[in-house]
Amino acid sequence: MSSVLQLQRQFIDYTTSLHNEGYLDNQFTELQKLQDESNPDFVTEVVSMYFEDSDKLLNNLTTALQQRNVDYKQVDAHAHQFKGSSSSIGAKRVTNVCAHFKGFCEAKNLDGCLRCLQQVKQEYIFFRNKLEALFRLEQQILQAGGSVPMVE
Amino acid sequence: MSMEYYEEDVPHVLAVDDNIIDRKLIERLLKTSSCRVTVAENAIRALEYLGLKENQQQSQFNGKGAKVNMIITDYCMPGMTGYELLQKIKESSMLKDVPVVIMSSENIPNRINECLEKGAERFILKPLKLADVKMLRCQLTKC
Repeated sequence: MSSVLQLQRQFIDYTTSLHNEGYLDNQFTELQKLQDESNPDFVTEVVSMYFEDSDKLLNNLTTALQQRNVDYKQVDAHAHQFKGSSSSIGAKRVTNVCAHFKGFCEAKNLDGCLRCLQQVKQEYIFFRNKLEALFRLEQQILQAGGSVPMVE
Repeated sequence: MSMEYYEEDVPHVLAVDDNIIDRKLIERLLKTSSCRVTVAENAIRALEYLGLKENQQQSQFNGKGAKVNMIITDYCMPGMTGYELLQKIKESSMLKDVPVVIMSSENIPNRINECLEKGAERFILKPLKLADVKMLRCQLTKC
């Protein structure tokens, strides 16, 4: 049974590693600034919204690239949305892959697009898993009666 | 409609963005900065809210539009862009003095100049941060 201090330490270390490994950037910290007593679940709300929206966008991207005559404008529109929302929540690696994806759309490069689709799915899954682990840690801290540390 | 009472000097901001995450973020940023917020998911809805129909001339402004102290809009939106929305607002005798801020994820000097020349008060790069919005609130609503 971990003590509150141990859990808090774990949380700080994990958050720091996520930043160091480039999974999260400062924008995630900006989201945390918007959470307070009147909006205690803001971060989990936005992130849940992001996961739901991203699942749809990934489906749309997959479908759009499976068409016989690929509409690159449409693919780009989805990639643009995904890039935007990923950037807004601080999902740095996902955002970067989306940027490359848009480049391939502009070049109408199907191969490039398909590779990016695989890559962005991969990065998104990594990101999702890591964030879910972070939220679980948060829950453990709260349930143990502690408060979640702010990591600058 | 919620029955919240707002003080006279709480600025009312209309935020326009087609991205669901960005809408949630801008709403929270503005509320944290003590603004009353209305969110629209595209430019057409924004114009309707302001009392301006897409194809209407100035003289047909129906006067039933909501009063806003500032409009903040995304640049890249399907259908009518933020730039086109800016144009419509500046062409309206009723709305031309409302400060319009344009947001974009892309740092393109031509785009920025175009917007500023059309009368945008400011051009802000996404993703938006609390410091950006607090500065806006202070400078544009003269607090």
